Order: sequence, then structure tokens, then C-alpha cells
Amino acid sequence: MKPPAFDYHAPRGLGEALEVLAGAGPHGKVLAGGQSLIPLLNMRLASPSHLVDINRVAELDTLVVADGGVRVGALARHAAVERSSSVARAQPLLRTALKLVAHPVIRNRGTVIGSLVHADPSAELPAVLTVLSGSVRLARHGGGERDVPAGAFFTGPLESAVEPGELAVSAFFPSLPPRTGSAFCEVARRHGDYAMAGAAAVVGLDEDLRIVSAKVACVSVGPVPVLLEMSEVCAHRPAASVDWAAVAASVRERIDPEGDIHATAAYRRHLTGVLAERALRIAAQEAAGEQGREGLDG
Amino acid sequence: MAETLHEISLTVNGVVREVKVPGRRLLSDCLRHELGLTGTHVGCEHGVCGCCTVLLDGDPVRSCLTFAVSVDGHEITTVEGLSGPDGSLSPVQRAFSECHALQCGFCTPGFLCTVTALLRDNPTPADDEVVEGISGNLCRCTGYQNIVKAVHRAAELMGDEA
Repeated sequence: MKPPAFDYHAPRGLGEALEVLAGAGPHGKVLAGGQSLIPLLNMRLASPSHLVDINRVAELDTLVVADGGVRVGALARHAAVERSSSVARAQPLLRTALKLVAHPVIRNRGTVIGSLVHADPSAELPAVLTVLSGSVRLARHGGGERDVPAGAFFTGPLESAVEPGELAVSAFFPSLPPRTGSAFCEVARRHGDYAMAGAAAVVGLDEDLRIVSAKVACVSVGPVPVLLEMSEVCAHRPAASVDWAAVAASVRERIDPEGDIHATAAYRRHLTGVLAERALRIAAQEAAGEQGREGLDG
Repeated sequence: MAETLHEISLTVNGVVREVKVPGRRLLSDCLRHELGLTGTHVGCEHGVCGCCTVLLDGDPVRSCLTFAVSVDGHEITTVEGLSGPDGSLSPVQRAFSECHALQCGFCTPGFLCTVTALLRDNPTPADDEVVEGISGNLCRCTGYQNIVKAVHRAAELMGDEA
């Protein structure tokens, strides 16, 4: 279990990193935290001829709360984002989901952008970016930057819109409007392992606490995070009078999971319905709590 | 064709060590093979078992999921660096010994490094915080009960010495 040989590059700045990546083209791979890439190398499932280590590119080690959301730079470690109280205030779903990503020791080294670019459909952060309608910013040598919305970023299992020579420099996780809550629920065989099923939910309420918007992004049930619009099923009712059995049934009807050694397709379908309902209920509760707190403050 | 070697400098257990390694040398192998520090154990080599956990600038990381070249210039603490300069056991090591928190000992270096950092960040962890803290370290002998006890005992010992 040793990685194959590669040419190692350690650029000191973003310009240099982009230049090296452009030169490496389809044979280049970016190394940040390495918590997904190095296992793939150790198991020889990947063998890039050029590895571009961005750990010395200080301008990518950023974490900015501004412009209605959180912009996470390519070198921000899971642990740093998880611990940031300003991030938790601006977008609490990040901390909620990060606590489910592997183990604390992995999160010390792994990066949020790395999890997105790795694009594992069982992973939490792609679902979070999807349910929040966030985006990933890509840069290339001499070509400027482009922002790719979450819906177009994940293109298949372990496949993203990042093209050869491009570097994902940051991702944007928008904050939620007032009276909107979020939640993440999952079930894994072992703590910290990839989930057999899970759902990230966002629910918005009107002034009378009726659900006006609801959506879930489901993990482990397709090649990419599966985003389901649930507003109509929740039928503009307060959470207490929503037909939750119908909500879970609607989720089960609209997904097409595959079975594997960890769970059968039927079990995944059932579990996803349960977890989506649970996440939507918690998100609705959070949304109502938000108004309660505003009332106290005001 | 011979692989390109990179000259790197690591501060390991307080001592500056200069080594030449290929880009693909894992930190775990660099510690064991180039530097002869075989206390860092290699179990699964894909980040699951936690045996190879070392402290990188004070924070626990998987040395099998880190390239030695990536951490050029950084500080590494291995299990060999946890005891005092006179060889006396650290409070975490003493607690593991007292509480019988190891049997075969293969996973122990990883646990010791993880728990050392855990108690530095949270000197009086609750049970669930201990379990969460060591969730990334596997032990096939003990059933974890004595390891959890040892973490609490280490917290007591450190509290007494503070």
C-alpha cells in the first residue's frame, strides 16, 4: 500500500500553482488535505504523473464570512471551518454536517473544498452545497475565474465540473434568509464512515409559521447528491399539521438507490424517507426557533 | 529512472532532522524508515485504523495520509516524544498503564498521540467527548472500556500536576 511515483510540485503562490497545473493538464492532480486522495494513491486507484501540492499557497488559506454567506478557501481545513463561531452564525449547517465528516483527526487535515472536488455522492459536504444552492469558484492559468453552481458542479460519482488545468480556489455557502432552518441526518454502519443514507434539509416559514419552502439533498442514493423540492408536499402548512408520512413517501418515490454490500436498495429507499422526514422536521423547528429568538431580541 | 529526491527538514520530537525523500514517501514511512522512529505504527495505510497518528504542529493527523515533503519545515511529535526528557512516562502514558488500556499495544501509539491532544484542548472531557475524540482510533483487544477509563484518569493526573 504505497503510492505510485509522481512528479511533486510545491508552488508558493496561486499564479505558480495555476501555471504548473496548466502544464500538467489531464495528468495533474491537486493535493490539499489528501485525506481522500492519498488513500486512492495508496490503493493505486489513482496514479497522476504530477501532484501539485497547494499546502504552501497561503492565499488559499482563507475563511471569510461576508456578502450573505461563507466563502471557504481551498486550504481551509474541516476543523477550522467547524470551530469558527462566525461561520456557525452565518451558516450553521456547515458545522452540523462537518461533525459527521469522518473523525476529528481526519478533519484536522482534510479540507472542505477537497471534499467537494472529490465529489463522493455519499459525502456530506456535496449535499450541503447542493441544498444551499452554493457554488464553487474555479481558476485557470491565464483564463480568469468561473463560478459553477452546485447543481452543475457534481457530474457523477467522484466526478466534478473541474476541468484539467483548473483549480477549485473557493466555495460559497449562502446564508439562509430569516425564519429558515436547516438540518442534516444520516445513518452510517460505523461512526464517521460514509452514510448508507442521509439528508440535508432546508425549510423556510412565513410569518404564521407555515412552511413556504422545503427541500432536501439526499446522499448515497444516486451518482450525485439528489435534490428534491418538497414545498408542494409540505402544502403550506405549519409543521405540526404537515402529512409527514406523505412527505417520506414522496421522497421514496423520487429516488432510485442502488444496493451494495452495506445496504439493499429497498433499505436505502426506506431509510432515506425516514431521514429526509426527520431532517425536514428539525429544520422546520429550527426555523420557528429563529423567529422565537428574534421576538425575544426585538 | 531514479526518482527525484527532495531535501526536507522536519523538527521531530524537538530535534531538527534533515532527510532526502521521494515525493511519494508517506510521513509514516519517513519516520519509521528514514528516521528509525518505529514507535509510529502502520496498520491500514488508508486512514481508518488510526495507529499511525502523530502530532503535526500539535494537532493529531494520520501520518499514512500525509506526504513527508508536504510537511517540510513543520514540527512532528511521535509517541517517542511524549515522555519526559528523563524517559518518565507522560500522564497519558501512565494512565494507560494504570488502567490496563492496552493489550497487544499495536494501536497504543496512535491512541496516546490522539488523547494527548484531546486533553490539551479539553482537560475535563465528558464520556461522550472522550468517545467522539477517540472514534478515529481502532483497538481490537480492549473493547475500549479501559481506554475510556484511562482518558479520564489521565485528565485527573494532569489536573493534579497542574
